Amino acid sequence: MKPAPFAYLRAASAEEAADALHQEGADARILAGGQSLIPMLNMRLARPALLVDVMSVRALQRIDVEAGRVTIGAAVRQRDAEAWPDLPRRLRLLAAALPWVGHVQTRSRGTLCGSIAHADPSAEIPLVLVALGGIVHLRGHRHTRRLHAADFFTGMMATACEPDEMIEAISFPCDRPGAGYAFREIGRRHGDFAIAACAAVVTDNGATLAVGGVADRPLARAMPLPATPGDGTALDDALDAFAWDLDARDDLHATARYRRELVRRLGRAVIEEAAQCRA
Amino acid sequence: MPRLNAGQRHPVRLTLNGRQVAADAEPRMLLCDFLRHVLGATGTHVGCEHGVCGACTVQIDGVPARSCLTLAVQADGADIRTVEGLAPAPGTLSVLQQAFRDHFALQCGFCTPGILMSLDAWLRFHPDAGEAELREVLAGHLCRCTGYAPILRAALAAAQHARDGQQAQSRDRQQPRDAGQKLAAPSQTARDGPQAALQTAQRAREAAGLPAAPRLQEGEDA
Repeated sequence: MKPAPFAYLRAASAEEAADALHQEGADARILAGGQSLIPMLNMRLARPALLVDVMSVRALQRIDVEAGRVTIGAAVRQRDAEAWPDLPRRLRLLAAALPWVGHVQTRSRGTLCGSIAHADPSAEIPLVLVALGGIVHLRGHRHTRRLHAADFFTGMMATACEPDEMIEAISFPCDRPGAGYAFREIGRRHGDFAIAACAAVVTDNGATLAVGGVADRPLARAMPLPATPGDGTALDDALDAFAWDLDARDDLHATARYRRELVRRLGRAVIEEAAQCRA
Repeated sequence: MPRLNAGQRHPVRLTLNGRQVAADAEPRMLLCDFLRHVLGATGTHVGCEHGVCGACTVQIDGVPARSCLTLAVQADGADIRTVEGLAPAPGTLSVLQQAFRDHFALQCGFCTPGILMSLDAWLRFHPDAGEAELREVLAGHLCRCTGYAPILRAALAAAQHARDGQQAQSRDRQQPRDAGQKLAAPSQTARDGPQAALQTAQRAREAAGLPAAPRLQEGEDA
């Protein structure tokens, strides 16, 4: 339960960090808050030769609001995002989901981008990014590129981030007037990994439901809005089809059947809640 | 900062409980091991070593964090506070520590240093914390002895004490008083058993003009 030896570099800029990844190849990893990576190091599930610490890069410590988007840098801790006074106004869904991420004691160091990079299928921040149609900003050696969240997550803890690339930031579209947002999660205990988590966005144009903890990655799908609360056979049918398409598996904590049922019930609950709190 | 090579020790400087300390660590050394094995501060306990149990929780720059999920080199320049820094003076206990004693909030004590550091940080900024909030803070810790109920009672009592202290401060500006630091000698329990210690603590509270240690019912909010 001690990490294998590695070298450590505290990068002064995002460019320096990306160059270090480029030179070291697949043996280097970015270290931010360390709340996902260091357990992997301790259990020796990861044995990088070099860790590139990006937490002192000032340009990555920023939360920026520009052109209708909130951009959160790679060195922004979950605790800092939670304490950002504009969060409940700009990103209600993220504000609702952040208290479900780990515990107070891990949010004090863990970063949002680190959770995206780790890509645990039951993690809340990737789910919110997918639900809101967010963007992952990647930096490599002499290039940057942007990927939609739906294209970034490719499987169980697998992403489209190349070994010589790092996540520089993630960005979300700001909350729109007239839209409603809701998040709910079922786990064994608060702070545990979600058995299933659902996030809904409801606008004039319809509803989007994103589900985490069921498939190998968070997935979103458009849903029909019930004409009146409580009604909605079309919604039930769509939820049922989504539940089956997510290809749930049995594990120690829940059966596939239970997870499908959670998608149907939590899915309906978050869509109705989001429709009710449209502002 | 130059690249720190694997397998070599590099200087790490930090503030530990208000004191400047410096020692060498390999990049792979965890902060909990640096505290215990290099600096000799063994009050911080190490349980699961992957962030689940909370025993190793310390305060890093004032906020509670897992020292098993932090590298010593990451903590270079940081202000670290551990359980050794809680008591105001040798032979005394902090209000929170005394509340743990009064409410039997520990048995084997392995998880206690981590829980104390989380609650100490939380109550400093949230003296109005109620039961639901404190349960959430405690959710980041595993205790296999107590069943958590006495820990929660101790946390609520410490929160009440902090609020009383604030009120007393604003009320008694013209009559400053000893806010009850000297409550009980730490070896009392070992000598006379827990009941005698409780009585001594109670007498000390009365002597300091403090209300009796609150006895909260399950589910009651202070």
